[in-house]
Amino acid sequence: MARIDLVDLAHSYSGNDAPAESFALKPVTMTWRQGGAYALLGPSGCGKTTLLNLISGIVTPSRGKILFDGTDITQATTQKRNIAQVFQFPVIYDTMTVGENLAFPLKNRGVAAPEITARVRQIADLLDLTPYLNRKATRLTADAKQKISLGRGLVRSDVAAVLFDEPLTVIDPELKWQLRSKLKALHRELDLTMIYVTHDQTEALTFADTVVVMHDGRVVQSGTPAELFDKPAHTFVGYFIGSPGMNIVPAEVSGREARIGGHTIALKRTYDGLKAAKIEIGVRPEFVDIVAPAPGLLSATIERIDDLGRVRFARVRVGDAKLAARVPPGFLPSGDTAGLVFNPANVHVYADSLLVEGAA
Amino acid sequence: MEKTVNQKAWFLVLPVFLIVAFSAILPMMTVVNYSVQDTFGNNQFFWNGVGWFKELLDPSTDLGGRFLASVGRNLLFSAIILAIEVPLGIVVALSMPRQGWQVAACLVILALPLLIPWNVVGTIWQIFGRPDIGLLGYVLNRIGFNYNYVANELDAWFTIILMDVWHWTSLVALLCYAGLKSIPDAYYQAAQIDGASRWAVFKAIQLPKMNRVLLIAVLLRFMDSFMIYTEPFVVTGGGPGNSTTFISIELVKIALGQFDLGKAAALSLVYNLIILIVCWVFYTVMTNAGTERPAKKEGAA
Repeated sequence: MARIDLVDLAHSYSGNDAPAESFALKPVTMTWRQGGAYALLGPSGCGKTTLLNLISGIVTPSRGKILFDGTDITQATTQKRNIAQVFQFPVIYDTMTVGENLAFPLKNRGVAAPEITARVRQIADLLDLTPYLNRKATRLTADAKQKISLGRGLVRSDVAAVLFDEPLTVIDPELKWQLRSKLKALHRELDLTMIYVTHDQTEALTFADTVVVMHDGRVVQSGTPAELFDKPAHTFVGYFIGSPGMNIVPAEVSGREARIGGHTIALKRTYDGLKAAKIEIGVRPEFVDIVAPAPGLLSATIERIDDLGRVRFARVRVGDAKLAARVPPGFLPSGDTAGLVFNPANVHVYADSLLVEGAA
Repeated sequence: MEKTVNQKAWFLVLPVFLIVAFSAILPMMTVVNYSVQDTFGNNQFFWNGVGWFKELLDPSTDLGGRFLASVGRNLLFSAIILAIEVPLGIVVALSMPRQGWQVAACLVILALPLLIPWNVVGTIWQIFGRPDIGLLGYVLNRIGFNYNYVANELDAWFTIILMDVWHWTSLVALLCYAGLKSIPDAYYQAAQIDGASRWAVFKAIQLPKMNRVLLIAVLLRFMDSFMIYTEPFVVTGGGPGNSTTFISIELVKIALGQFDLGKAAALSLVYNLIILIVCWVFYTVMTNAGTERPAKKEGAA
C-alpha cells in the first residue's frame, strides 16, 4: 500500500553515457496514487515493460529516483520493495501443487501457517482455483497456469503495488474478458495499486481508471479513457487510441481558422502566433461527416467505405492526405466525391505533435 | 477411404534391416550360440545347454564367484562415482558464468577431459599416481600419506574414482548447464518477486528444470561406468589382487586369457541384460517420479 513517485526516472540498457535519444525510457516524473488502477499503454518497444521492471526492481534505473510513500527505494532489491509482478507468460513452480504455488511468496516471507492457509483459500476462491488446490500445477492448461501466476501476485496483502506485464497474452479471448473483469473486481475488493501493461487499447480502457500512454520511451499522456479520447495531448495518442485513429492533417492555422489546401475550416478557439516546424490539425473520424458535395465544403475523394455494423466509416482523400470520416446513417454517396463537415469543437491543433490550447 | 499400397517402401527399409542384422543381430546370435556350448579349441564345440548360466549365478563355483564379486565391485564403483559426479556437476554448472567470453572459456576447459582417449586418460593417471615419479603420488607420500595404488586396495580405488571424476564430471556439468540455460529469465524474475532464497530458487526452479538432463546424465554415467574397462585396466590392471577387477576386465580374462568362449559368452549375455534392466528401471522410475500421484488423483476427480 503505497503512493509511488517517479522523479526524473530514465533508463538505458547500454549505460548512462548513451546518447539521450537512445534511452529505452526517457526522463519521466509522475505519481501513481495508492489504490489506483493504471494501464500502461503503448506499442511494442515503447518502454512500458522497462518502466514496469524499474518499479519492481528487476532493472535498476540509469538515472532518477523512485519513491514509495516518500521513501527513496531506487537501490533497494525487489524483495525489499514488496512488489508483486505477473509476467506475460505463466511462471509456475513445477514440483509444487497449485496451493503450494500460491503459498510460495508468503512462505518465503515467513508468514504464519494459519494465515497462509486462509489467504491462499481466499485467493483461490476469487480466481476459481479451489478445486485444483491439491493438484500438481504442471498439468494444467495455459490459462489455469496464468491464473496461478495472477494468484501469486495477489496473495500478499501488504504489497505496495501489483504489476501486470501483458498477463492475458496467452489466454483465449473468451476467458480474457472474464479474467479482466475479475481483475477489476479484485482491484475494488483488495484496494491494491495495480499497474497493467498492455498494447491493447480495449484492455487498457476497460481495466484502468487512469491510462498512461507511452511512445518511443516517453510518457505522452496520462488521463482517464475519456480524456484520451476527447483531447489527445499528442498526435500519437490520437492516432493510437480509437479505431480508426484520429485524422491528423497538416494545415496552416491562424486566428480561429485552419486552412487545408486553400479551404478554410472553422475552429472553436483562437490560435495566434503559432511558431513550430510542423502544424497539424487533428480530428477524430467520429466528428467528421461526409455529405453530398456542396460549395463551401472541403471536397474529398471517397476511396472505400468500411461498414463496422453499428457505424460506417468512409476512407477519403483530400489532396495527399488520407482521412476517415463518419458516414451519417441513411446517407448514400453518389459518385466518388463528397463534402466533409467538421465539428469545430472537436478539431484540435498540434504544433510539433503536441496539443496547443488555444485562447477562448 | 482407399489407401494406396506401395511395396516399394520396402526398398528403403531393407538396407536398415540388413545393417542391423549384420552389425547387431548376427554377432549377438553367435554369442548366444557360444553360450550354450563348450569348446576345447580346435574349433570343436560340445553342447552344454544352460550349464554356463547356472554356474554363472552360483557363487560356489569358480566362474560364479568371480562374476558375482566383479558385479559387486562394479555396482559399488558406479554408485560412488554417481554420488560424486552428479552433485559436483550440478555445482559446477550453477557456478558457471551465463554470458561473456568466460562462457566459451569454461566450455572449452570443461570439454578437454572428454576429448582425451580413454587409454591416454589411464596412462596419465597411472603416471600421475606413481609414488616415485608421479606428481600426485610423490606429493601425497611427501606430506605423510602412505599412498601406493599398486599395493593398497583403498589407494587403488581412490585413484580410479578420482580419475573417473576428473574424466567425466564435465559431461554432467555440460548437460546441466544446457538445462539451466533453457530456463527463461521470467522464472528468476518471478522468484525474485516472490522473495525466494537462493536455495528455494534451486529447489523450485533449477532442479525441476534440470530433471530431464539429469536423467540422461545419470543413465549415461551409469552405463559408462558399469561397462568401464580401459582406464582401470591401464592404471591397475585389475589389482592389487582382484580388488579393481570389474566385469569387463573379468570378461576379457575369461574370453581371451583362458579362451573359455562358452563361459565368456554366457557372461556377456548376462552382463548385457543387467545393463538393460538397470537402465529400464532408472528410466521408468525417473520419468514417473512426481507424475504418478496426480495422475491417480485426476482419475478420481
